[in-house]
Amino acid sequence: MRQADLARQAGISASYLNLIEHNRRRIGGKLLNDIARALDVEPAALSEGAAVDLIATLRDTAEASRASEPEVDRVEEFAGRFPGWARLIDTQARRIEALERSVEALSDRLTHDPFLQTSLHEVLSKVTAIRSTAAILTEAAGIDPEWQARFHRNLHEDSRSLAESSRALVAYLDTTADVDRTRLAPHEEVEAWLDDLGWRLPDGASADDMLSENAFGSRAGRLLAQHWLGRFATDAAAMPHELYAEARAASPDPAALARRFGVDVAAVLRRWALVPDETSSGLVICDGSGTMTLRKAIDGFPMPRFGAACPLWPLYRALAGPGVPIRSVVEHPGRRPQRFLTFASAAASRPAGFDGPVVHEATLLILPDPPPDAPAEPIGTSCRICPREACVARREPSILLDVL
Amino acid sequence: MGGTVLLIEDEPNIMEAMRFILSRDGWHVHCHSDGATALDAVRQRDPDVVVLDVMLPNRSGYDILRDLRGDPATAALPVLMLTARGQKRDREMAERHGASLFMTKPFSNAEVLDSLRHLLGREGAA
Repeated sequence: MRQADLARQAGISASYLNLIEHNRRRIGGKLLNDIARALDVEPAALSEGAAVDLIATLRDTAEASRASEPEVDRVEEFAGRFPGWARLIDTQARRIEALERSVEALSDRLTHDPFLQTSLHEVLSKVTAIRSTAAILTEAAGIDPEWQARFHRNLHEDSRSLAESSRALVAYLDTTADVDRTRLAPHEEVEAWLDDLGWRLPDGASADDMLSENAFGSRAGRLLAQHWLGRFATDAAAMPHELYAEARAASPDPAALARRFGVDVAAVLRRWALVPDETSSGLVICDGSGTMTLRKAIDGFPMPRFGAACPLWPLYRALAGPGVPIRSVVEHPGRRPQRFLTFASAAASRPAGFDGPVVHEATLLILPDPPPDAPAEPIGTSCRICPREACVARREPSILLDVL
Repeated sequence: MGGTVLLIEDEPNIMEAMRFILSRDGWHVHCHSDGATALDAVRQRDPDVVVLDVMLPNRSGYDILRDLRGDPATAALPVLMLTARGQKRDREMAERHGASLFMTKPFSNAEVLDSLRHLLGREGAA
């Protein structure tokens, strides 16, 4: 059917139909039915796709609104009658979501980044010294020539030092424009290196084969990578790739797999994250202090870069009960809350023998697509950037509540 | 005429400038730059007022302040805290740990003198 014929049958102009076809005008009600009838299709077929997305975003935006009470039950009518406004709200909602993510990342960085804190302190200290010294030289009368010379020398030193500190700070901010890829701590170097490899480590590869000379900026990063490669190699020896993948496909239960291979549950969880299948997986390992020692990221499950994570993560519950595996469905907050199936397990050991200290370690495996009807436990990333205002486990107020 | 002030600050040129302006204002000035031994310096110098930087090598100014407040001999000692950040959180931290006053870098010489005179109840003196 020609466009002009369709427009005529629907009782609209060809140019208006053109706008509708290019998704520049939202339609609903009678017009939608008329066009559907002319095309001999169900009206729902025409309103699927972009329109469904738009309405879903509008609905999410309305539900997230604290300040007003939009008429959620009339969202389709609104999108149909005011398509331009609806798209504007959609665009703004997406922009706000992106800005929220930036605020979270930047806040995390400003609050916890030791390099940034030290650099800013250094710059402000130099500025203070220069301001104070310059004021003495210009305001105080009758300064001894020897003191004058000393203050001039101090000004010169501080100016030079300030220039260097500023340059270093700007270079740092430049190189860390992509906040996800900033490499500061050794464990971050290891994670970035594993990310680059896609967390794919061939069974039987030795640490020397895997670790090229230039892969790490620090010796600590390299040593840490050797440590993890050693553990992964032990896991791989106990659970060879083919056998493990086959067993997991037959029974995706970490406890059953642990029994099958004669290893602890944590080893199965680590192996899960390194043996690929059609779905992605995230992994977090922490020590007895709760400090994360290894993180494999997964979309929709943000992990704090510095400081402690949400106290409600099953990882910490596992830490409180070593030896008891925990299976949970968790939900991250946000305009589009995301759910995950998680398995957690912790172990206590005495690596130095019975007289040595007890060392704890907890492991959390994060998988997408949990059972749809399973009740989910609400969790967050970390209190500072979590919007769950009334959370009983909150340890500090969220900046999101103040800023947004 | 001022009293005795102990400057605990690790930036040498801030220390020198402050020593100069405070000395000219009539204060007797002692300086110390290491966080780990700052408490000993306070006990040894027995100042009328302490100017304490928050970020010091080996020990934070907040920890030093907490110990000063925990010791009956120094619990009431006026302490002016210097912070490089003007965030509300830092101000709250300084207040929670018992700072008498706090100043945010970069400050002016006049602010330093006014603050110390205020701490010793000598506004308008000079």
